[in-house]
Formats: sequence, structure tokens, C-alpha cells
Amino acid sequence: MAANMSLKKNPMPSQEPQVRAHNFGEVALGYSEAAALDEAARCLNCKHMPCVSGCPVNIHIPEFIAKVREGDFEGAYQVINQTSSLPAVCGRVCPQETQCESKCVRGVKGEPVGIGRLERFVADWHNAHATEAPVPAPSNGHKVAVIGSGPSGLTCAGDLAKKGYKVTVFEALHTAGGVLVYGIPEFRLPKAIVQKEVDNLKAMGVDVKTNMVIGKTLTIDELFGMGYEAVFVGSGAGLPSFMNIPGESLKGVYSANEFLTRSNLMKAYLDDPVTPISKGGKVAVVGGGNVAMDAARTALRLGAEKVYIIYRRSMDELPARHEEVEHAMEEGIEFKLLNNPVEILGYHNPDDKRDPKNGCVTGIKCIRMELGEPDERGRRRPVPVEGSEFTLDVDTVVISIGTSPNPLIKSTTVGLEVNKHGGIIVEETTGATTKKGVYAGGDAVTGAATVISAMGAGKVAAKAIDEYLSK
Amino acid sequence: MYKIVAKKCLNPTVTMMDIEAPFVAAKAQPGQFIILRTDADGERIPLTIAGYDRTAGTVKIIFQIVGATTEKLNHKEAGDFLQDFVGPLGMPTEIEGLKKVCIVGGGVGCAIALPIAQALHAAGCEVTSVIGFRNKDLLILEDEFKAASDRLFVMTDDGSYGRHGNVCVPLNEMFEAGEKFDKVITIGPLIMMKFVVAATKPTGIPCVVSMNPIMIDGTGMCGGCRLIVGGKTKFACVDGPDFNGYEVDFDSAMERGTMFRDFERHAHEETCNLFNKEVK
Repeated sequence: MAANMSLKKNPMPSQEPQVRAHNFGEVALGYSEAAALDEAARCLNCKHMPCVSGCPVNIHIPEFIAKVREGDFEGAYQVINQTSSLPAVCGRVCPQETQCESKCVRGVKGEPVGIGRLERFVADWHNAHATEAPVPAPSNGHKVAVIGSGPSGLTCAGDLAKKGYKVTVFEALHTAGGVLVYGIPEFRLPKAIVQKEVDNLKAMGVDVKTNMVIGKTLTIDELFGMGYEAVFVGSGAGLPSFMNIPGESLKGVYSANEFLTRSNLMKAYLDDPVTPISKGGKVAVVGGGNVAMDAARTALRLGAEKVYIIYRRSMDELPARHEEVEHAMEEGIEFKLLNNPVEILGYHNPDDKRDPKNGCVTGIKCIRMELGEPDERGRRRPVPVEGSEFTLDVDTVVISIGTSPNPLIKSTTVGLEVNKHGGIIVEETTGATTKKGVYAGGDAVTGAATVISAMGAGKVAAKAIDEYLSK
Repeated sequence: MYKIVAKKCLNPTVTMMDIEAPFVAAKAQPGQFIILRTDADGERIPLTIAGYDRTAGTVKIIFQIVGATTEKLNHKEAGDFLQDFVGPLGMPTEIEGLKKVCIVGGGVGCAIALPIAQALHAAGCEVTSVIGFRNKDLLILEDEFKAASDRLFVMTDDGSYGRHGNVCVPLNEMFEAGEKFDKVITIGPLIMMKFVVAATKPTGIPCVVSMNPIMIDGTGMCGGCRLIVGGKTKFACVDGPDFNGYEVDFDSAMERGTMFRDFERHAHEETCNLFNKEVK
């Protein structure tokens, strides 16, 4: 079959913006077999494989695409599975445009090969057609504890289980999956996919213990006492940051973590939920990252009549993935760029202290910004324009300006050192911490980052733990 | 799943349960809390630990039936199971080195105050307890407090039992008589704690309050339990639940506590209707 020299990727079939803005179903619907075959034919199968160097877990990309091209979809899955434990997840949430696809030769003139879309296709095909459950590898007799069941923990657990380690994953919440279940919304990553990945791990012999808060229920030292020979800490990012402006405790102000946890993990998006959330009204989301996009699009689907994104820099500096921003705009979310909140305004009835509306958000006061000199990271620093304050009428505000690492493990583990931001200090090539036998990766180390970089860190640590315990 | 090994009604709206949770029982300290879900797809609710038996591996909870989830919880019997039970969460109450302490509990808050009084009493501290209730029917744990205190004041708002008046009455009397304490520790409704703090302030005695804001994960992730303490944002789940009472912004905490009141009332009614239908 001749190579497909089209300059454009096969488009991703998606729900129409006006439709999807009112449901929690997945936005992108995935390639058909025909589209996958056609897209795979765009790959030039370059000898030097630049795309692989752009992948944090080094998936053998040209090799799996060649299998797709042959129509051997299960074979393609097996190629991906050699290096990635969560292809159905990564095919959906990886920022391929800054990773594998940014290195694709086809991208020099035209669009790169739709590597992420093909990865998703292959993983979904496997999940729909695979008949054999994974089987446990022969035991090597070693026990390893993994703290946290998010992307880094699941990856680390999966890699170790494949090598015959007896792995126990300790999860603080009642459901495994970490940020994949409490943070990323259903319309970007269906929970059934995460559950499938967790079930696969269990089939491979991994024990998943929920309701275990390491640092509280058990400490790392106690885990060693229980016979675990190495520990991987993938406890994720922690407490949400706030702006420290007046009005942040008003009723109707949420952190993005709280807003998304209510909707995703606690299923507040249901018509008759058991956990409440603000539905409808006008919503302002403060921040410009992927989490802000998720919160804004969730608010819209919960029935908001108007959703604003308030970000203090311009579109060029917006840190969210381009695709997410585009989706948000198509759905009708209004971007208030170069604006910074200075105060959240609330209702106060001076005549009735018991008025239930007291303390409810009525608006957000912002000031316009302009870009000044570049800061140390080269991003132009936003400077307030004096006298330019204005008020947006809103009744819900979601603050999405980042998180700081969770203090629970650090404060209960002697010998585990953290940097000035609270991130666990590790050796980059191994994930080894300052405490013997303890490895770490993901947001607990780096602060809020991507699913795939956390998976990469889980992988690196799994390899290092294997070397450490094989000595 | 976590087994309910014992259940006892303390009054028409307050129930005590012992839950089999050996990992939590092994670590629990006075002042810490747990989070539970009654059923799959249930809501997560925080409850402060009212006691623990490390040998039996059980944790005691005492809860007031105020909403849908506590209503569902109260419909469970000994031998039934809870879906989830996680803890111990939060920082323990600091009791080390205290020689003379006044514990002030209000309503179901007394359930949380009791293990603190017991721990202090066991450590040889002189404990004065003031416990207050709306009326005689709502009185709980009197005998337990008697056993853990050197001096006990029982107050009711309507005078139907003990002394007539709120918890600040004996507190003010003691302060006026020049009595000194190393610490005043108070647990109960926000408005009561606010008044206890105000009554204690002129004495300069340190006053610790136990906060119980709205909470979801309880592990330092969602930020829903935030409070203004000393002008800064603090998180009850990891920084608390105990805070310096002089620094807590009670007015903002009281307002935030009502954030979902309409929803909660509706959900509670729905749950009651559901149970009533089952009975019919």
C-alpha cells in the first residue's frame, strides 16, 4: 500500500459542540478502522524514529503503527503494551502535540501523524476484542508497596507485577485511579477505562487497598516493618492554592480540586446526586491550565448559563493544551484574557443576619493586565492597568491556579527530604529519594504536571526498584 | 467493608456505633476524625473519633441524625457493614504537659470532647468539664464525663436538667473567681465555640477549638474544608481540626457551613420518605 501523503490528519470524529456542552459523554469518539488504516499509512516509518524520543515512556511508535497498517490491531496493542501500561488513558489525555507528534517528520510540512489518535484506537480495539485476561507473572518472592493509584502508581505497579513482584497499592480514597478518577472529567476520560486498567492490574496479581492514607493509617516505616522491601511514593499533588484576595471563603467559591472531585469522584453531575455541587448560574474559572479547562467545561455541562475563564496573561501564554482550549471555545466558554481577579464579592443583607443568601457570591472584581518585561522563565510578566477594575456578575467561582504537595507523607517519614516547594527530592534517573528503599515520582515530586510524565516517572522508578531488589 | 459491631441510641437523635477497623483503631488519638461512606455511591462524611479499642480493633463514633447520610447510617444495625471507613485523619489534640484543663462540650460535640477528657484524666491532669445541651432529652455521656473529670457542670438551655443556662455561665463564674487553667478546649456548635472563645479571651488562657467544616476527601486534596485562621487560609483536614480559637474567623465558618443547606434539607427529607415507604 502506498503511503498516504495527505498533509492533514484524519479528523477525530467528535460530538457537536452544542450537543456535548450539555452531556458528560466523551467528546472525542475515536477513529473507525478505516480512518485508523488511512492515518497509519501517513507514517513514513523513519529509521531514526524521532517520535520515540518525544515519548516519556518510549513507546515503539513506528512499530505499532506498522502493525495498524497491516490491520493487526492486537499486534499493535502488544507493541504499545511493552512500554506503556495505560494506552487507553494516554491516547486520550497525553499532550501529543508537544511530545511524540512534535518530533514527527510529517509535521515539518503539514500535520504530524495522529499518533495519539492511533494509540487510542489500538487500546480501545484491544479492550473491545481481547478475550484473555492478563495473567500474573511467576513470583520472584519480593514485596513492594506503591502509595497512590494515580498514573505514576499504576504504571510502577504494573511494571513491577510484570517482573514477578508482589505489589500492593495503597489508595487514600475509596476508589482507585487517583487524578484519573477524581480530577479528569468523564467527557475526556471515561471512568470505565480507568476501571478496566485497574482490573487488569488486579488480574496480574496486584493488590489494591483503598481507604489507606499513608502518613496516617500507616507510615512508610511501618510498611517496611510489614515486609515490603521497597516503597514507591506516587501520592500526587496536594492542597489547592488560593489567591489570598478578599472573598475567597464566600459560598460558591471552590478550588478546582473540590469542584472536580464533587462532580467526578462523588458523581455530583447526576440528576439526583448524593453529594451537592452548584449547578447552573454564571461561573468564573480562574486560571489557564488544563485543570481550569476541565472545571469550566464541567460547569457548562452542569447547566451553567455562562462560563468565563479568567487568565492574567494572553492566549500565547495560556498553559492548557491547544485542543482543550479549542474545545472550550467551541462549546461557548468565554475567555477573559489579561484579567486578574482582585476581589470576590458577596451578598450581605444588613437587615437580616439569617438571610440564607448572606455570604453567597454575587460577582468577581477584576483588573485588566498588560504584558510587561519577560520574567526569569522568559514569559512576559503581566502588569495591572491602573484604574481598569470591572465586575463580572457570577454566582460561582472556581479557583484553578495550582496546588502544593501534600504534607502527610513528608511529615511522618524521617529521612525523606523535600525541596522548598514541598516536592520530594529524587535522583532523576532512578526516582530514588533520600531515604533508602523509597522511590517517588509524579506530581508528589514535580508539582502539578501531566499524566504521561507521571507515568514516565513510575516507569523509571519500577526499573530502579527492580535493580535495587535484584542486587 | 467495615462491620458495625455494636449500636446504641444515646438519645432520640444521637447514636453511638463501634466499627471494626483495626488499622484505624491502632493509630487513633483524641481529636482525630474518620471519613465514612454508608453505601457504594454514598456521600463521604467526616465524624470525629469518640473512642477506640486497640485490642478489639474497633473505633467508636457518635453522630447526630442531621441529614441524609446520618439518617441512612442510623438505619444500619449491629452486624451490618459500612462501605468505607478511613482514618485516623487530622492532627490529634495536643494534651502533653497539661496540668489543669477546662473542657467545654456542647451537644453531640461532647462525644468528641470525651476522649480528650479521658486522655487528660489518664495522664494525671486536673479536668473540669462543662457539658451543655438544649434539654434533658438530649443529654448524653454524663456518667462517662463524671468518671473522666475532677469537676463536672451539666447545663441545659431550658433548665430541664442540671443547671439552667449555657456553658458560658459556669465558665464565667470560674473566671470571675480567678480560676486559672493551662488551656480551655471547646467542641460543639460554632456559635457556642465562638462564645466560649469570647468568654475566655479576657483571661489570656489559651483556647483551642475543634472545627468541623464541610469536607470531601479529608486527606489534603480538595480544599473544601478551608477556614480563615489568623487571616490565612487553613485546611481543617490536615492543619486541624483543632485551631487556636482566638485566630478562627467564626463568622465566615458559620456562613460556609450553610453553603448546601437547601440541598441537605431536601436530601434528608427524601431519605426519610424512602425509609417511611419501606416501613409501610
